[in-house]
Amino acid sequence: MAIAASLIDIVKEEMAKHNASKLLMVRVCYGKLTNLVPEALSFAFEVQTQQSPLEGAELELKEIPVTVTCGECSTEFTPEGTDLFCMPCPSCENLFGHTVLTGKELYLDHLEAE
Amino acid sequence: MEIPVVRNILEANDKIAVNLKELFAKHGILVLNLISSPGAGKTSILERTLTDLKDEFKMAVIEGDCQTDNDARRVAETGAKAVQINTDGGCHLDSNMITAALANFDMDNIDILFIENVGNLVCPVEFDCGEDFKIALLSVPEGDDKPEKYPALFEKSSAMILNKCDLLPYVQFDVERAKRFATQLNKDMPVFQTSCTTSEGLDTWYEWLRTAHAAKQK
Ligand SMILES: [Zn+2]
Repeated sequence: MAIAASLIDIVKEEMAKHNASKLLMVRVCYGKLTNLVPEALSFAFEVQTQQSPLEGAELELKEIPVTVTCGECSTEFTPEGTDLFCMPCPSCENLFGHTVLTGKELYLDHLEAE
Repeated sequence: MEIPVVRNILEANDKIAVNLKELFAKHGILVLNLISSPGAGKTSILERTLTDLKDEFKMAVIEGDCQTDNDARRVAETGAKAVQINTDGGCHLDSNMITAALANFDMDNIDILFIENVGNLVCPVEFDCGEDFKIALLSVPEGDDKPEKYPALFEKSSAMILNKCDLLPYVQFDVERAKRFATQLNKDMPVFQTSCTTSEGLDTWYEWLRTAHAAKQK
């Protein structure tokens, strides 16, 4: 719920900056490694924008995949499958100590308003 | 019209957290944010730590609780200063709440500040409270698959306490499996196997605290 509230604050600020009065669409990008639950954010956004110029706007949630650097040989790769705990390196098969490059983001990308 | 933005959604929280970090650094306070599910034993570990290290450090606690002040009372009984933040059903603490709570403390009189976050493995992870380290606390009755299900917490934590280890003979819990998952994205994270009943492992946790506190003084 707090994430939706922060998002709404930023949206309002940006709309005021651009003299927009009606929000049409918001796009949020979130890394697969954040704890974001898209359904929960959509629901909270809908509830918290009711009876405001933001009401009815479409909230687009775009997932950013995980990429890591192998802790052993430094190869960059995107783990296959959904299991975030089994990420064998494609060149050396090492499983441990990878550095996360992407997948931890959570940002408002752009919005459409009039 | 299309308005390009690209702004971190948690920026408001993060800005306040930066101020908090400066404040803590100025006073040389080591700050630890304890995150666990409800019932994992955060309060018991705190009670023991506050009691056992009483003569070594001046310690204080910020207690996040959804509704009651039971935990704050237990902590206060150890003699440590405890301030309760009632989140009114909210699922995590944020930097703003911490700032408000600090008004109750004498910052020159604290060596270590513990933040006992609301029992929840998801939301507290996203909100920086200005802490030096997040500590993930897991208890063996919860199952060894917890790190697998909540990777973000274990990825962002600097140490993991595996509590209630005295129950290992009675529950299905594979310590190696839990450790393997927990350290997959965080290979240098120490894991302390503790029990507040038998005192097992508490000394290793205290040693880590001493080292972390000494490092903060530099
Ligand atoms: Zn490799």
